[in-house]
Amino acid sequence: MGNLVDLIKTDIRYGDALKACMNCGICTAICPAAEFFDYDPRRICDTVQRGDEETLEQLLRSDTIWECGQCLSCKTRCPRGNVPGMVISILRKVSQDVGYYRDSRLGRQQAELMNGIGKNILEIGYCVHPDRVLPSKHPEQGPIWEWYRNNICEIAPKLGANYHGEGAGALRSINRETMDELRSIFEVTGASSFQKEITED
Amino acid sequence: MNRYWNEYQKAIADDHYFYERSCIRQTFFPGSETAFLNMLRNGLGKDVYDDFRQHTCTGIGYHADIVPLETTMTVVARLFSLMTEHGYRNFVPSCVTSFGVFTETVHMWELHPELLEKTRENLWKACKREFELPENIAHASDVIYKFREELGSKMKYRLVNRFTGNPLKVVEHIGCHYAKIFPDKGVGKAEFPYVLAGMIESWGGEVIDYPERRHCCGFGFRQYLVQENRGYSISNTKKKLESMEPYEPDFIVTNCPGCSLFLDRWQYTIAEMEHKTYDREGYGIPVLTYEEMAGLLLGYDPWELGLQIHQVQSERLMDKIGIKYNPKEKYRGISGKILRNPEKPENLSV
Repeated sequence: MGNLVDLIKTDIRYGDALKACMNCGICTAICPAAEFFDYDPRRICDTVQRGDEETLEQLLRSDTIWECGQCLSCKTRCPRGNVPGMVISILRKVSQDVGYYRDSRLGRQQAELMNGIGKNILEIGYCVHPDRVLPSKHPEQGPIWEWYRNNICEIAPKLGANYHGEGAGALRSINRETMDELRSIFEVTGASSFQKEITED
Repeated sequence: MNRYWNEYQKAIADDHYFYERSCIRQTFFPGSETAFLNMLRNGLGKDVYDDFRQHTCTGIGYHADIVPLETTMTVVARLFSLMTEHGYRNFVPSCVTSFGVFTETVHMWELHPELLEKTRENLWKACKREFELPENIAHASDVIYKFREELGSKMKYRLVNRFTGNPLKVVEHIGCHYAKIFPDKGVGKAEFPYVLAGMIESWGGEVIDYPERRHCCGFGFRQYLVQENRGYSISNTKKKLESMEPYEPDFIVTNCPGCSLFLDRWQYTIAEMEHKTYDREGYGIPVLTYEEMAGLLLGYDPWELGLQIHQVQSERLMDKIGIKYNPKEKYRGISGKILRNPEKPENLSV
């Protein structure tokens, strides 16, 4: 595999993400993921900043990089203007580009995300849509969600939505021309081939 | 205004908005987007364009690391091209994640002009479209904040407990991506966000300042979207609820549709799992979107705002404010049919 440090540093976001970390640990103190997991953004920034290839490879193959919740609270508090959450976005991209994510249980969940949100985007033009939030997979949504879904043709119009309708409005059916343009953007920018690769894992 | 606070303000355009809808808000709170448009167009006489050719900004996919940055930027560019095509320059996203994505994209283009050129090439190649950058990007809650006094003057109700005469105690929760990524893009920045507090104070309520006020709701993108990861999400909401509980809030209001969802649904889940609710009577703390809060005070029908599709119900809150509503209409559908009541949770009273 090529030089991981180069792959990380050539990401256009790197300049914003990591300027100079002084290892103060404020990011870890504010981090919701650090409270829930054995997760430490300070150590991640330190690892990236040191640039040791072997340690970086271990990090990119680990569950650690998949534990961040992307709230970006770290950005607010870092006294040096670093964005550990954005460092994570870069590491996740590199991990997927070089295939190391397959060694991580949490990394392998990318296929599930691709089959869910990824397909929603390309099939209906929404990341999330009531038709795709199944009560069987979302028990936390409670009985009210099941009731709403069962009665959506009666309730959604009452709320001003245009459920599966033509024209503007909430939950409208996104027309073919728009979907063609959206899919074309995914083709042109390489997202389609990336998604295919992850989904086939 | 004290000059030190000037830098905590942001520019919010005063008319002619291009509205970008939110996947999550449309899915779970469609009545809120309807209310927003109604308040702006009919209440304030503003011009708001709602294009039927819009689509997701891909923000959830971007932060779940399944949509590359270059793709998200080009998708954003297509949305800007719709705005440009119709002669608008003021872009108003409904979603806080989208607001963060649009802000981040424009920031990256300013920092790296070659990236903007590449995006223009990509968009032309993919769609034969061109675009201009917005002159103003404001979250929809910014717009309501800007017109809070005008709206307030039209309101039928105040955030006051009619039984005691005291201001209602309100928890305001700001979505993380509103100001944590780009603090200067939010009213009051990240540490003193005032976008919701300003509405609450103008409309008669009292803002609760509690220890975990700025903690994330716990969405976490992949931490909620993957079922086995949801312990992360509920744990963060629980931490917030436990922190606010001693202050006995009358309700929670948020500017992010995801936060509204999780603060509502995780209360149900915690009640079912642990027989725990965060109010004294076992009903939970109602969670409103800012559009629902404004709409209720303006006298909109709560069943057209969509309060019946929250899991924590709001009748007790409406009774406190003195809002008139017809309980018999709660489950009436558009056809006029009274629908069968939803199943009741075992431990959360409704």
